[in-house]
Amino acid sequence: MLDWWLPENVSTYGREIDWLFHLIYAITGVTFILVAAALIAFLIMYRDRPGRRARYTHGNTTLEIVWTIVPALILVVLTALSAPAWSKIKMSMPPSDVVVEVTAKQFNWQVKYPNSDQVFLDEMHVPVNKVVHVHLKSQDVIHSFFVPQFRMKQDAVPGREIKQWFEVVKPGKYEWPCAELCGFGHSGMRGWIYVHSPEDYKKWAAENLTAKAKAAETAKPADAAKPADTKPGGKAKK
Amino acid sequence: MSAHAATAHTAHEHHETGFVRTYIFSTDHKMIARQFLFLGLFMMILGGLLALIVRWQLAWPETAIPGMGRILRETGGILEPSTYNMAFTMHATIMIFFVIMPILAGAFGNFCIPLMIGARDMAFPFLNMLSFWTTFTAGLIMLSGFFVEGGHAAAGWTSYAPLSAVAQYTGVNWGQNLWCISLFVMGVGSMMGSINYITTIVNMRAPGMHLFRMPLVVWSLFITAILLLLALPVLTSAVAMLLFDRTLGTSWFAPSGGGEPLLWQHLFWYFGHPEVYILILPAMGIASEILPVFARKPIFGYHAMAFSMIAIAFLSWVVYGHHMFVSGMSPALGMAFTVTTMIIAVPSAIKTFNWLGTLWGGRIQFTVPMLNAIAFVSMFVIGGLSGIFMASTPVDIYIQDTYFIVAHIHYVVFGGSIFGAFAAIYYWFPKMFGRMTNGVLGHLHFWGTFIFFNATFFPMHIIGVGGQMRRIYNPMQYEFLQHQQHWNVFITYSALLLGVSQIPFVINFFWSLFAGPKAPLNPWNANTLEWTAPSPPPHLNWGDRIPTVYRGPYEYSDPDAREDFLPQNQPPVGAGARRH
Repeated sequence: MLDWWLPENVSTYGREIDWLFHLIYAITGVTFILVAAALIAFLIMYRDRPGRRARYTHGNTTLEIVWTIVPALILVVLTALSAPAWSKIKMSMPPSDVVVEVTAKQFNWQVKYPNSDQVFLDEMHVPVNKVVHVHLKSQDVIHSFFVPQFRMKQDAVPGREIKQWFEVVKPGKYEWPCAELCGFGHSGMRGWIYVHSPEDYKKWAAENLTAKAKAAETAKPADAAKPADTKPGGKAKK
Repeated sequence: MSAHAATAHTAHEHHETGFVRTYIFSTDHKMIARQFLFLGLFMMILGGLLALIVRWQLAWPETAIPGMGRILRETGGILEPSTYNMAFTMHATIMIFFVIMPILAGAFGNFCIPLMIGARDMAFPFLNMLSFWTTFTAGLIMLSGFFVEGGHAAAGWTSYAPLSAVAQYTGVNWGQNLWCISLFVMGVGSMMGSINYITTIVNMRAPGMHLFRMPLVVWSLFITAILLLLALPVLTSAVAMLLFDRTLGTSWFAPSGGGEPLLWQHLFWYFGHPEVYILILPAMGIASEILPVFARKPIFGYHAMAFSMIAIAFLSWVVYGHHMFVSGMSPALGMAFTVTTMIIAVPSAIKTFNWLGTLWGGRIQFTVPMLNAIAFVSMFVIGGLSGIFMASTPVDIYIQDTYFIVAHIHYVVFGGSIFGAFAAIYYWFPKMFGRMTNGVLGHLHFWGTFIFFNATFFPMHIIGVGGQMRRIYNPMQYEFLQHQQHWNVFITYSALLLGVSQIPFVINFFWSLFAGPKAPLNPWNANTLEWTAPSPPPHLNWGDRIPTVYRGPYEYSDPDAREDFLPQNQPPVGAGARRH
């Protein structure tokens, strides 16, 4: 039931997060139903009635060992299942196709591409099915880069550059809120990430990234957005 | 100080006490307990109203809040973003530091420890008084922040630096400074209390009161006091550093001067996670105390209950990093914290199953304290299970800083701690004030609170899974959240009704205080020592002799006993009497 409410996932690693979410949801759901059923059953069966005397027992070692070991085993398994996904998402980075530099400030996302001077405000453009590296910084307080449909979240910490990645499998326009309280304008600090098909991204880059973009973009595989070698000095959207 | 010396010392003073020494600057642990209780209940009204204005804004953004027109004059009752940030910051700060801690650790710690271990007072009665008045002063300082220019602190109760460290980032100047000073003073007061609790429990137990004959609520308060002693000084130091950053130009946390923002988070959560257990352990103890009494059955697995609390206390030091999975802290460290966080779920599971085991085969009496204790168990189950989502680091990436977290913390600290506090108030009210509470009003209060608590906080899981971030001013600013706005409206209606449900409690409390039927010595037929003292217990608690303890605290329905309870101080008679 709870999972009906998850927004659509459009990233590669988002599937693993959603799978773990559903697994934990199933485990905790079943546990809750069993515990609640036992609780309600006991409350009805053992309610105070005339002539009833409570059972005089101080515990049961076997039972107690069982209900220590069973949850422990389940939790060990959950930890083991969580580790690979975590390692994939946060601890190792696949080689990048596109690099985006994001510097958060009160209350905007400033987006810059290597070898381009253009700064985009609250707007990022990336190609679909490509590994995008985000170099995340903040110039004032802590912000948090959150894209619900990518299942991605990372705090931007002043004084640090944090490298993150994502790969989106579906073109579209995705909302990009700040998830960490950053001041009175926190609410409404929001950008949009435009995920383009390779052709559209190529077109966008040609129009918006300056000539310096060429060097960086040519490092990419052939089918990636071949950048704007024909239109140096294309104008930015904003 | 031995119990005997305490007697001689305080008995000497007893005859000279006037009004001020009896009711205001009292050194009697029971009066200090009542003072803490009144402080906590008063602050709870304020904290609750702050929550309601936050909820109003979330359901009907930027509309005038009824009754706020006179307070928010410039906007005609509409909450502005900066005021909104202040409201949720102060809601959490007040509820945690000035409601739950004073009621559970302050009031019931003071009331239960000496009475239940058979001591005449705390080890250091003067320090005890000082602890209350220090906390009271901290409360006044905290309240004064509402009246300073620029408003009160607005950086969240977690006050992450550099947002909290540099005035221009929030526009709050003295509000945040007073927040730091207040928590610093509160930390000092809490330290006095915790030293006192630990010393009293270690040194002043009645003859025969072995450690493993202590009631579990005393165990829980003992462990809470140890956590308080070791955890709060970290917060105390951290807020002092924050204050120095703000006023003296040091740079612990702001990177512009070479500081490290994550240092604040490490210090804060190194305190903050044990703090969660400081809030919940006493409630666990209270449930463990009340369930056996009204199931007329010994607690299931006494030793497992005590040891699981000790395990929780140890582990609570090494799980704090799970608040920081996406903070920029090394992801390898995050993995380590996942392991410890998963481990700490095990003792919590043990406790839950033991509570169920206690109910199994009992003779359950649905009194008002019992209903609240059962609600504690069931709500703690939900709060515990939703915590497993966060322990899994990949899942936490998504739900961190969403309403799923808000739902989780409220199931733990409201569903857990506050139901525990209500259970304790209804259970010990007869001993504390010498009068019985009204059952009808008590049931009304319980059922209203239970139903509207769930209606308020359960849907927060749903909107959290939908992605709604915490601490946002207006969900309607985000396209992906607009389809679930009807939940925010539903939650706010429920929250308002949850507030209304507290009215029977207030009426019951004050009516019973003055006009409730006189309480007998032992209205619940309970075994523990506080029920052997008069209701309310006089200064020094017992007459000439303190009770001697012959058995554990949960000997209910012993087939060899004549009645279905066997008080701890009742001497064994005949060969049939058992020892435990």
